[in-house]
Amino acid sequence: MTTQNDDSSYTGTAAEPPASGRQRCTLEDGLDLMSGKRLSHVDVTYETWGELDEHGTNAVLVCHALTGDSHVATGPGPNGAEKPGWWDVMVGPGMTFDTRKYFVICCNVLGGCSGTTGPGSIDPHTGLPYGLTFPLVTIEDMVNAQAAVLDCLGVEKLVAVVGGSVGGMQALAWAKLYPERVRTCIGVATTPRLGAQAIGFNEVGRQAILADPNFRGGDYDGKAQPEQGLAIARMVGHITYLSDESMRAKFGRRLQDRAYHAFDFVTEFEVESYLAYQGRKFVDRFDANTYLYMTKAMDYFDLASGFGSVAEALAAGDVRWLLLTFSSDWLFPTYQTKGLLDALRANGKEVSFAEIPSPYGHDAFLLEPEEQRRYIEPFLERAVCEARCEAGALEGCDEQ
Amino acid sequence: MTAADLLRADLKLVISLVPEGSRVLDLGCGDGSLIAHLRDERGCNVRGIELAPEEIAAALGRGLSVVQADLDEGLVGYPDGAFDVVVLSQTIQVMRNPALVLREMLRVGERGIVTFPNFGHWRVRGYLAFRGRMPVSESIPFSWYDTPNIHHTTLKDFREFVSANGGQIEREIPLSAGEWRREIREVRFWPNLLADTAVAVVRAKGAARV
Repeated sequence: MTTQNDDSSYTGTAAEPPASGRQRCTLEDGLDLMSGKRLSHVDVTYETWGELDEHGTNAVLVCHALTGDSHVATGPGPNGAEKPGWWDVMVGPGMTFDTRKYFVICCNVLGGCSGTTGPGSIDPHTGLPYGLTFPLVTIEDMVNAQAAVLDCLGVEKLVAVVGGSVGGMQALAWAKLYPERVRTCIGVATTPRLGAQAIGFNEVGRQAILADPNFRGGDYDGKAQPEQGLAIARMVGHITYLSDESMRAKFGRRLQDRAYHAFDFVTEFEVESYLAYQGRKFVDRFDANTYLYMTKAMDYFDLASGFGSVAEALAAGDVRWLLLTFSSDWLFPTYQTKGLLDALRANGKEVSFAEIPSPYGHDAFLLEPEEQRRYIEPFLERAVCEARCEAGALEGCDEQ
Repeated sequence: MTAADLLRADLKLVISLVPEGSRVLDLGCGDGSLIAHLRDERGCNVRGIELAPEEIAAALGRGLSVVQADLDEGLVGYPDGAFDVVVLSQTIQVMRNPALVLREMLRVGERGIVTFPNFGHWRVRGYLAFRGRMPVSESIPFSWYDTPNIHHTTLKDFREFVSANGGQIEREIPLSAGEWRREIREVRFWPNLLADTAVAVVRAKGAARV
């Protein structure tokens, strides 16, 4: 097993409890949704790393983004073989979310396609996959399903809920819906509500899927998959995750495997080849219906919903906040996080904020682990210390 | 040595000027030494603003809430009167727009506490007068070409500056450091000549004393 830590005395056994592999929490009573509809049966797939301490002060919930899954850190994949995690630069032994110190939980979202109940699941009333008869789910619905997982695990309070992008939306919704269960909320490259530009790009992706003849109104189970539509959606998405600067550095106007223009409609620029590859790779692991439901949940998300304003939505509780953005992220731009920051400041809340300079656009939350660590590590260590002081396990946190 | 011992001498004076239990905003809070002390020793509800990432990280490790912002853009996002005390320590001389910073302090805070090096100090005057060169001293230790201090002021200038920006000086404490950073004493005579640094408590003009 490879680990990225520099502690030579570390053997990788006692100090690092093994990752769990996929586990399942069943919501026996089903789940009431924000739309007013109800799912009578919900399974949530989750994974955990590390161990919950005796006072229950070290549980961290990581929420995944649009196309992620519960496999946030390296550990056994669905077939038992070790598989890298989607955020293993941040979560693992010796990493920012050190799995030797923290009990890390990550759930596949409601509506997802990696084990949790979603449009690809069997509708118990018909015995057939839901497809588009699956009710629209919101970010808040996803959070409610995750709360049930915490109950399954016996975790009363999280020392931190963290997420980037759509995962960050879930983290914010956690602070709104369950302030008493969240000590700190770490929102990275996220927003209290999407702007028109981001909704517009989501809609292009959805239309590409809906227009694919293989989509068949979402009823493509066991038939040819709407691969082309889903791949185009991914290609569009990928452009929005990068920046002008990162694309210029990565591709420029270079041609792929040729010296001259083809004067034909073939893949010839490196950027075209890259996007085509990303699209092809994506359809092997993701479901078109889930893409529709997830992007819709993103578009609908408004942290203020159910309240008069974001400030009112976050008025309850004493959650401590850490908000991080990236300078070149134009999909979840800094000014939107600053709107959230202002709402929290208006309430006199404990909120910290920093903008990380980065050329990587929205993808920076996956590509800038050290800059995130700089802020998150001391913030989180202090939060755990304070939690332990409250639990009577420590005397004080000052000037250790 | 405790954190309090490490605090700069002028910060100790600032601490003594902050009433217990105040809501305090520290502009350019660095690693948060001052506000951590105010929180732990005087029960204050504290917040910080800082630009430098490594300083913010250090403050986060102390459990402080710090927002990364450029003071030259003002204090947008903080409601009027959100704080009892806003501190600006040894920073006004590096601001591009000190008037905006002062007006914003008076807007979001009931009181402002400003500490600044006094360019009217006799050593500074003598340096320029007798050496004919831009002054470099212990409280202003930079050459003209690489100094972050772009807006020097004297005590007299500062009084005018506060008045011209809607404020009034409630208290002015001219200070002279014996051995800088070790001991500090108040200057009683000819402050603009004898003080090398000053602490001023300011409030909005017309605001009632509490």
